[in-house]
Amino acid sequence: MIRVELPGHLRTLAHVEGAVLLKLDGDVTQRALLDALEARYPVLRGTIRDRASGRRRPFVRFFACETDLSHELPDAPLPPAVATGAEPFLVVGAMAGG
Amino acid sequence: MSKVRVLVGTRKGAFILSADGKRDRWDVSGPHFAGWEIYHVKGSPANPDRIYASQSSGWFGQLIQRSEDGGATWEPVGNDFAYDGVPGTHQWYDGTPHPWEFARVWHLEPSLTDPDHVYAGVEDAAIFASTDGGKSWRELSGLRSHDTGASWQPGAGGMCLHTILIDPRSPQRIFAAISAAGAFRSDDAGATWRPINRGLKSAGVPNPTAEVGHCVHRIAMHRDRPDVLFMQKHWDVMRSDDAGESWREISGNLPTDFGFPIDVHAHEPDTVYVVPIKSDSEHFPLDGSLRVFRSRTGGDEWEPLTNGLPQRNCYVNVLRDAMAVDSLDSCGIYFGTTGGQVYASSDAGDNWTAIVRDLPAVLSVEVQTLP
Repeated sequence: MIRVELPGHLRTLAHVEGAVLLKLDGDVTQRALLDALEARYPVLRGTIRDRASGRRRPFVRFFACETDLSHELPDAPLPPAVATGAEPFLVVGAMAGG
Repeated sequence: MSKVRVLVGTRKGAFILSADGKRDRWDVSGPHFAGWEIYHVKGSPANPDRIYASQSSGWFGQLIQRSEDGGATWEPVGNDFAYDGVPGTHQWYDGTPHPWEFARVWHLEPSLTDPDHVYAGVEDAAIFASTDGGKSWRELSGLRSHDTGASWQPGAGGMCLHTILIDPRSPQRIFAAISAAGAFRSDDAGATWRPINRGLKSAGVPNPTAEVGHCVHRIAMHRDRPDVLFMQKHWDVMRSDDAGESWREISGNLPTDFGFPIDVHAHEPDTVYVVPIKSDSEHFPLDGSLRVFRSRTGGDEWEPLTNGLPQRNCYVNVLRDAMAVDSLDSCGIYFGTTGGQVYASSDAGDNWTAIVRDLPAVLSVEVQTLP
């Protein structure tokens, strides 16, 4: 199972505590992961990816395996450790004031 | 006894302030949606327990929340605000073309008769409508695609559609206002629109009396006299007696005619309220003295209302959607400040008290008068 860790505001919206566990059929990519996440929690549509462009929102970042994956292509394979669930896929709200 | 519910949107959540008709003891609930910007919260006139809220953040975008129980519980509804067709461009601050990009919902205006029918005014300026309680949204693109659309420019706060007024005589007639494009009117339920800015004069645009390009901050109407409109413009307080066909200045003896909110007494169509602000670059009260000004003559002659308001060292602002009135016999007036105070007067502005003093910066105030 893939583990996805959401920032606090999105956990509140989705009514989840702790990591979200997802099972993906097929290639484990950023797009497939986010599609599955939004399918399970429709309230998250538009909060991570812009509804009009489908692109990552500017103040949202994706980290895994101590690497910033924010600028990886959406259909690029995610690290094997994410695919196996050994490491979580982190959705992070950028550290910016407010 | 009647009750009053004040719906407050702030930079960090929504708050609901409730009192009985005496309006002297208040219950405060919130923050709802803690940590999110709540640009506007408004209830349906047809079903006051149906309330809509605009929830947004720079990180996670826009949501619309809906309550069926007067704000006790909420559920997120639709947030897909897709412009109709290829959006094209408007002017950026420097005059260059800039693509139309959805940023947030500034204002929600429920239908006067159908709780499921609600309009949304958004940044970048457009009007959307939902007829299923906010689950899905459709742009009324006749506004944005008006011939002048490509020339619209943002105000300092963004190119927002911040005011939507529905004519109580006919839902076919809708007024909207955009910073900094001006006022617009539709007579066919939002299908087509035309600018209604004749009589406005704005320094800072190449043609001060242009058809569009005016930074209208707010428009208000009394429901018994919907052809009379009151406007707080960037500078100038204006009045129209012909549903926006023409405007005349009514700033009169105001000490400064810059400001954001404007509203009308619930029972006196010629009693109008504004909160003058020093200037376009100094968004705080003149001389550090927070004064609401009231005209009982439909403009031109204004009196300061100060009892209970800070008269020294006050440098807050009152934003455009942050004033509202109740409809009790003794009309209540309410406004919120960027300093987090929500002030109330239960006697039409003669005396004020702070319901709360330390909320996050207040973005909007709406009032529901309940049986």
